[in-house]
This record gives sequence, structure tokens and C-alpha cells, in this order.
Amino acid sequence: MDHIPVSWYLTLSAILFGMGVAGFIYRKSVITVFMSIELMLNAVNLTFVTFSYQNRNIDGHIYSFFVMVVAAAEAAVGLAIILTIFKNRGTLQIDDIDSMKL
Amino acid sequence: MNLWLIPLCPLIGFLLSGLLGKRLPKQLVNIVCVGSVAVSFGLVLFLLAQIYPVDTPVTEHDFTWIQSGFLKVGFDLTVDRLTAVMLLVVTGVGLLIHLYSIGYMDHEEGYGRFFAFLNLFMFFMLVLVMASNLLLVFVGWEGVGLCSYLLVGFYFKEKFAGDAANKAFIVNRIGDFGFMLGIFLLLIQFKTLDFVSIAAAVKTMPIETSIGGTLTVITLLLFVGACGKSAQLPLYVWLPDAMAGPTPVSALIHAATMVTAGVYMVARVSFLYDHAPSAMHIVAIVGLATAVFAATIGLAQNDIKKVFAYSTVSQLGYMFLALGLGAYSAGIFHLMTHAFFKALLFLGAGSVIHGLSGEQDLRHMGGLRKAMPITFVTLGIASLTISGVPFLSGFYSKDAILAAAYESQWPWMFWVGAGTAGLTAFYVFRAYFLTFLGKYRGHHHPHESPLVMTFPLMVLAALSIGGGFLSVPQWLAPMFPLTEHGVDLTPMLISVGFGVGGIVLAYVMYVLAPGLSDGVKSASGPIYTLLANKYYIDELYSAVIVRPLILVSRTVLWRGVDQGLIDTGLVNGLGKVIEAFGSVARRWQSGSIRNSATWILAGSLLLIFILGLGAAR
Repeated sequence: MDHIPVSWYLTLSAILFGMGVAGFIYRKSVITVFMSIELMLNAVNLTFVTFSYQNRNIDGHIYSFFVMVVAAAEAAVGLAIILTIFKNRGTLQIDDIDSMKL
Repeated sequence: MNLWLIPLCPLIGFLLSGLLGKRLPKQLVNIVCVGSVAVSFGLVLFLLAQIYPVDTPVTEHDFTWIQSGFLKVGFDLTVDRLTAVMLLVVTGVGLLIHLYSIGYMDHEEGYGRFFAFLNLFMFFMLVLVMASNLLLVFVGWEGVGLCSYLLVGFYFKEKFAGDAANKAFIVNRIGDFGFMLGIFLLLIQFKTLDFVSIAAAVKTMPIETSIGGTLTVITLLLFVGACGKSAQLPLYVWLPDAMAGPTPVSALIHAATMVTAGVYMVARVSFLYDHAPSAMHIVAIVGLATAVFAATIGLAQNDIKKVFAYSTVSQLGYMFLALGLGAYSAGIFHLMTHAFFKALLFLGAGSVIHGLSGEQDLRHMGGLRKAMPITFVTLGIASLTISGVPFLSGFYSKDAILAAAYESQWPWMFWVGAGTAGLTAFYVFRAYFLTFLGKYRGHHHPHESPLVMTFPLMVLAALSIGGGFLSVPQWLAPMFPLTEHGVDLTPMLISVGFGVGGIVLAYVMYVLAPGLSDGVKSASGPIYTLLANKYYIDELYSAVIVRPLILVSRTVLWRGVDQGLIDTGLVNGLGKVIEAFGSVARRWQSGSIRNSATWILAGSLLLIFILGLGAAR
């Protein structure tokens, strides 16, 4: 790993995060939006681990474990919500789910 | 003995019957409310027996009410000879009227409420007469005004009762405004409101000759207050309307006690008036003018209570005449005898009204002599007393006033006063004859009132006869030195002559030749109309003060200031401004997730950019 510079990891992470953001903003399906969030989370995880490695410090690893646990829990709850929405409304188009709007 | 117990009793009665009155049986309300006044009366007798003769005033400091800078006002009660007279009148006559009310109010709604207010009134009246500083007097003063308002408006379902109550309250506000200004000026001048301290300070001051002097202004302002409470010109208009209340209220509050509070107050601060002769002159003239003015209106009224109401105004005018002439003790003397015979007149009228199921119009009475013998006799005694027939109480007190006028620097006041005594005798007996003699002109079944009502009548009749022998002027001599008038029979004979003449004239016009009164009525034409319409004073006030005030309130204050400036301008305007800002700001809060996400992204990019700039530097 010594010959792969840190900046590559960070660049990859930034690209992943950017894709996540783009997916979050531009995709119409709730499921895709959800996946984009996971993508952003993982991009951040990658950054944590990279810095942790660079600083010879275990903290970043621990953080990323936390994020994974939270992401897993979130996935469980989030998918359940998505399922319920689909059951009730028959659609997962994000623009149709707007009953909380003014 | 603890002086505070005396006013406390009716206060307890008020609290009990006021809070629980609806749930208590009538008998219990009677026991509590009448009993509390009886206990007060007993305490007064006991106290006076203990400290008799009241050579030195008994003062009691109960607690400090206000302490701020130099202003120190305590709840201090005093009993001196003047207070003793007032205490006996208030609790004694008050007790009789409470008793009477048991019978009179028997069939009325709101029995407990009535007695609660009556007890509250007694409490405030006792505070008023026992107070040893002017602010505490003012507390009692406002308190009795409140009770007057509540009791005038007792039949609040009738519009006229509510209107009369408002009128009484509002007209009194005008007087109270003057009273308050007087209190403030006293406070500025003497730094205290305690009667004893002020009296001591005044002693060293010279007698003021100009009308702009401090003491003169103070006394005139206080007199404005007295004018409101004691129904003098030009603030008398509320008292005749106040007859909308139940008759015992008219007797207790609007004849015997509360309306004499102004007389009492002026007598209480007589040391101020003694140093302001021009103010006294004004008091005398206002009193005399009121006496004549009200007596002439009384000539042409057809409501039995209205006749007696104008008579009260007129008699109060006599009292102020006495005060203005410096004959304070004569004024207080007349206050006492007036409390007896005017309470009797009103209670007698109440007995008649009760017997006729609410009829008050003299034109629908007549011939009640047989149906109501006790009322007939007692009311006759009261009428003779107010007319100044010799050896009845009214004779002595009125004579004391007229003698003072006769010997004053303005003897013409005596002649006007004596003439008014003739008018008084005439209109009172006109009402009396129309009620009891001749043929019955109504269609009810007149009946005599129960003993609980006739008993107070009999006691008051005895007091009206014998009250003159209680020589109040001698009793008050240590406080108000007697102006020893020689045994000059002339004024006495003249005033008695006027009085008897009035009675005879009334007898001729309304009993011997009933047609004559109509002849006089049509002969006097416009004068009669003027009197029957009370000189159009109410209409005048309405046109000059009330209507313009309402007009200004409606157009300028309501539509202009309230609706225009405050509602449309301030409240709605502020709302509109906020709405305008909001309509711009709400665009950021569209509720669309993508929008929010974009903003978050933009924000974080901005943050990173700024941080990056910082790091690069």
C-alpha cells in the first residue's frame, strides 16, 4: 500500500460522495435516493479509514464501524418505511410523496 | 376595645352571604346579615358607653397600609364626638333598614345578593366615618360608591336600572376626580393625610382672603367630591335616577347615609374650610341653590320615590348651606334628623309600593289611609317632621340652620331657605295627600305591610319625633364652637309659618278642592312643564356633554384611532409587513427534499471554500 498515495483514496472518496449527492438530488425513485445515501456514507467511511491509516490512529476505524452499524440500522428502518409507502400509495416516485408540503 | 371589630362584622356578613348566599336558606341569610349589623350596633353602643363622654378622641392604629418616602398611610380608626353621631346613625338606621328589607325583599330574586351588598355597604360606610386619614376616607368613599352602583343596578334585567347605575357611577367619578386632586394637593402641601397632623399644621397658617390660595383650592376640590357624592348642583342628576334600586336601598344609601358622606367629609375637614372663607361662601351658595332648585322640581313629580329623591337633594342643600355658614354642628344635626325622617319617608313609600304590588305613580294611589293605617300614621309623622312643624326633630335642626343664615352676613339666604321650607312642606304633603286621602285611583288590592316592615317604621317615627331633643350642637360644641344665637323667635316663626302655609296650601289644593291643582297646573303652563321635566337638565347634559362625547368616541376614537390607527395601521400593518417578508423567505422552505439537499450542498461547499481559503492563507 505504500506506493498508493493518500490523495488517490481521497479522490476516490470524493468521487463516490459526489455520485451519491448527484443521485440524491437527481434521481426520482426513493430506492435510488436511498442507495445514494448509502453511497455517501461509504464515501465518508473511506475517508475515515484513509486518515486513520495515515495518522496511525485507530479512531477512524472505530468511527467507520459506527457508521456501518448506523447505516445497517437505517437500512432496516428505511426499507421498511419505503415498503409501507409503496403499499399505501402504490408509487415510489419521490415527487408524488408530498403530503407534508405546504 | 378594638375599633376594627365594628366594621368587621358587616364584612363577615358580606363574605358569608356573598359567597354562600345562594345555597343558604333565607332565614340563615337574615340571621347572618341582619345579625352582623345588629352586632355592630351593639358594639358601637358598648364602645360609646365605655368612653362616654368622648372628650378625647379614641384612636387605633391597626396596620400600616402604605409606606413610601414621606407618604405614610395607616389603617387608623378614630372615634370622636362627630364620629359617634355618625356611627349611631349609620348602624342604628342601618339596622332598622336591614330589618325592613327582610319583609320588603321577601319575594324578590337575588335575596342573598341583596343582603351581601347591603352588608358590604355598611362595612365601607363604617370605614368612611371612622377613618382618621383622608385616604382611608377615600377608600370608604369609593366603596360605598361601588355598593351604590351595585344596588341601584340590582334589577339588572331592566335596562333603566343598569343605565341609572352607570349614571350614578359615572357622575360620581367626576366628583371623585376633584376629591382626588384635593387629596394630592393636601399631600403636596402637608406631606401627610392624617386629620390631626393637618389640623395642627393649618392652625399656624393665615386665613386666606384670595380665591387662589392653596387652602381655598384644596377645599373647593374636596367640595367637588362632596358635590358628586352628596348630589349637589351641578352633579345631582344621578340621585333621582338612583331610585331605580330597591326602596330600602334608596332609604339607606340614597337618603340616610351615603349621600350625607359629603356633608360628613366637609365637617371632618372643617379646619381647612375655616381658613378659606371664600370657599365656604361658595359652599353655602351651592347648597342654597341646590335646596331651592331641587325643591321646585319636587313640586311637579308624580313618582312618589322621585318626589322624595328631590327632597333629599334639597335637604342635602340645606346641610351644605349650614356648613358654608360655618354652622357645622347644625349641618350634622340636620344630617342626623334627616337620616331619621327621610329613611322613614322612603320606608313608608316602600311600604306603600309593597302594598300596591310595585305601583309608584301618585296618580294611581289615593285613599290608602284605611288599608295601611300604620304606614299612614308614620309617613304622616315623617311629612310633618320634614316640614319643620314645631317640636318634631326636623324643626330643631332646620331652625338651627335657618337661624345661622339669619344671623350671617347674608340674611337673604335666610329668606330663600325659609321659602324653600314652604316648598318642601307643600310637595311632601302633596305626595302624602295624593297617597292616602281622597279616593283610590288604582286597581291593585292595597294591604298593610307585615310587622317586620312596620316595626322599623314605628321606631323611626319615634326617632323623628324625639330626635330633636338629642341636642347634637351641644354635643359637638367641643369640636365646632357654638355660635350662640340669642333666643330670637323671628326666624323660627317665619320658617314655621312658611312650613305650615305649605301644608295648608297642599291640603286645599289636593284635598278640599282637587280641581284647583289642575287649574294651577294649566294656569302656570310652561313653568309647570319646565318643572315636570326637571328643567330639562338631563336633556341639556345629554346634548352638551354626553352626545358630543359619544360622537367623538364613535368617530375619532373608535373609527379613527382604534379601527384606523391601531387595528388597520399597527396590528394589520405589522402583520402585512411580516407576511411580505415571509412570502420571500418561505421559498427556501419549499418542503421539496431535493431543494433542501441542494441548499445543504451549496452550504457545505461554501463552508469548505471558506475553510480552504483560511487554510491557504
